[in-house]
Amino acid sequence: MSGNEIIEWIGIFLILFGAIFSVISAIGLVRLPDVYTRTHAASKSSTLAVLLCLLGTFLYFWSHDGYVSVRLILGIIFVFITAPVSGHLICRAAYRTRVPLAEGSGVDELKPVLFGADEDVVLTDDIAVVTKDIVDNDKNEK
Amino acid sequence: MKETILFIALALFMLAIFLILYRVIVGPSMPDRAIALDTIGVNFISAIAIVSIVLSTTAYLEAILILGILAFIGTIAFSKYIERGDIIERKRDN
Repeated sequence: MSGNEIIEWIGIFLILFGAIFSVISAIGLVRLPDVYTRTHAASKSSTLAVLLCLLGTFLYFWSHDGYVSVRLILGIIFVFITAPVSGHLICRAAYRTRVPLAEGSGVDELKPVLFGADEDVVLTDDIAVVTKDIVDNDKNEK
Repeated sequence: MKETILFIALALFMLAIFLILYRVIVGPSMPDRAIALDTIGVNFISAIAIVSIVLSTTAYLEAILILGILAFIGTIAFSKYIERGDIIERKRDN
């Protein structure tokens, strides 16, 4: 068995491990209780699965055809950067639209900060008022 | 032997996609469906990589990059729509 063939087999087994990780992340996505834990399953292990699979494909084409694919490296980097960002954004949107946490989630410290006692408080208006006060103070000092 | 392992991996990815499809259909809230669709897109990327090995062509590798970009932009648009009810924000005057 030559060196190229060993690298080929390593690539194929990386693809197989990626597929197993993908099934595990899908089971987590089905079984976990609420959106936030599901985002954990979907963003972390699914990213690892696709990284292993694309890395295995890259190794296979590199050893089998002698073809170094820049697009695969770009795809790996792009997925590695964007998957956590999209998971975070979905979590943020879910919390701000008041999707409830699962039972037994513990202390929710963000809720009084974000929504306050009054449910209809809008944060951007508060910030606008504060900045307007600062601008008025500056004018008075001049 | 190699082909068999690759087909097993492809079948596992398809199984994962069908499991996630359950979450897309049932999911109690909109962010559930959005994150499940994002994960389906990521799994399709891996499936395309395996198919390009099985057919021994490198022509499909462009589709990987494009599907990755489309899944990311779709998720961003979904999250902005869920959070603000609006995808493109216009500037306000004050």
